[in-house]
Amino acid sequence: MASTAISSNEQYNFEIVKKFAIMSLVWGVIGMAAGVYIASELAWPFLNFDIPYITFGRLRPVHTTSVIFGFGGSALFATSYYIVQRTCQARLSSDGLASFTFWGWQAIILLSGISYMLGHTQSREYAEMEWPIDIMIEIVWVSYLALYVSTIMRRKQPHIYVANWFFLAFILATALLHTFNNLAVPVSLFSMKSYSLFSGTQDAMTEWWYGHNAVGFFLTAAFLGMMYYFVPKQAGRPIYSYRLSIVHFWALSFLYMWVGAHHLHWTALPDWTSTLAATFSIMLLLPSWGGMINGIMTLSGAWDKLRTDPIMRFLIVALSFYGMATFEGPLMALKDVNALSHYTDWTVGHVHSGTLGWVSMITFGSMYHMIPKLWDTKMWSAKLVNIHFWFASIGVLLYITAMWISGITQGLMWRAFDQYGNLQYSFVESVAAMHPFYAMRAIGGMFFLSGMLMMFFNVMMTVRQAKRESAALESKLSAKMAKAGLAGA
Amino acid sequence: MEWLSWFASPENTKPLALVVLFVTFVLIVYFVYGDKKRGERLESYKHMPFMDDEPESKEEKK
Repeated sequence: MASTAISSNEQYNFEIVKKFAIMSLVWGVIGMAAGVYIASELAWPFLNFDIPYITFGRLRPVHTTSVIFGFGGSALFATSYYIVQRTCQARLSSDGLASFTFWGWQAIILLSGISYMLGHTQSREYAEMEWPIDIMIEIVWVSYLALYVSTIMRRKQPHIYVANWFFLAFILATALLHTFNNLAVPVSLFSMKSYSLFSGTQDAMTEWWYGHNAVGFFLTAAFLGMMYYFVPKQAGRPIYSYRLSIVHFWALSFLYMWVGAHHLHWTALPDWTSTLAATFSIMLLLPSWGGMINGIMTLSGAWDKLRTDPIMRFLIVALSFYGMATFEGPLMALKDVNALSHYTDWTVGHVHSGTLGWVSMITFGSMYHMIPKLWDTKMWSAKLVNIHFWFASIGVLLYITAMWISGITQGLMWRAFDQYGNLQYSFVESVAAMHPFYAMRAIGGMFFLSGMLMMFFNVMMTVRQAKRESAALESKLSAKMAKAGLAGA
Repeated sequence: MEWLSWFASPENTKPLALVVLFVTFVLIVYFVYGDKKRGERLESYKHMPFMDDEPESKEEKK
């Protein structure tokens, strides 16, 4: 391996990383606020105020798009651009293309949000954007792929670090998924409305092939890329086993593509497809836990850092939630468990244990590590990072506990029969039984959002502090230069 | 070209895909863990994130 000493920020394009990092936090605040609002609407329906633009149906995709693609997506752009430059020791191949991906991506999220609130949706989970926005995504994503690959080709290291493999898999898989899931025929050139190229079960199959792989490659593989760089960096020691990371990568990539059909158990989907998906879901537990163990064992010999370093806490708790969610997922993919859990809040709880516990926590930890380095300063308040950690943890726990109880209760109430063989409960009785848990979920969300706001404030103050420091340094330097000039004269 | 129709049947291609993917995976595991020297070389890549480390603070940089 060639070792190159690089000390200058100018060697890399960090401006683009900074922009994406800030926008990630902005979308995080917007998306999580939308999430808290719709959770509150479910608990206290008067919050709809009879305004169509803010009903649950329209705000829900605003929430999912803002958090997955706005918050998560921008964080992935930021960290992938940061990691690829630092591990390849090469600047991004084109500043213009990098800038294009930034403005393009932000426009996509903004336009998506506006279009949902106006009632435009193609009603596909996590892919509600109508066709003009889908085309924009395609263009931006291909640019991202071109930029990423061409940067890797400029690398000064012969080997490509494993984090970049995960990012590449994420970019390639997302391109494939997005293209095939969004094959649609627009009603006319000037209409937002389009109809899917597929119909019936095939359409559902395509949708969930996309839906689950969005979880697999967008929300898992890519964030594992983040993990494989930031956990070792923050721990100050290399990843536990590089060979395990290679097996982790290939096993995960092989297995994920097959599991989408577990979202369609007990439907018109052929039984063998359903069984195949359940089988692959169980097998997926092995690479998932292999990766989790690899990440957690990186701390081996330095466990004390968990007591003293809140950033490390974010990263390790994220890995623990990754382990929990990837155990719960295969469990729910079993047909008999799924018969109880499907269509209930248990699914919602499972998704959020992954997205809040794993995706958000690993993002927070990575951002808290990366942001001071980008602005060449320290976090404005380390105490606030710690408080954020506890708010986020309490928030996730409240959320998922509420959804477990509510989901299992729903499942049991829906399948209960009386002595005459009639359904024991009407649907509305199950809705009424959910109320306390919906309130608890909303409160959990409020905790998580409060933590997000603390982070936003802390980062803004850090940026301000960095500007002040460099202004002070500059004036000190110019005073020194002037003094040296006078002495010379 | 008659032999191509064999691939058109899922009953043939499903087990074939299973065999191909499984063998590939076994080969990857063998590549990773099968040779001690290669294993050491692979493990050496774990240090890559630390190769462009900068001094931690502005003071150190000066």
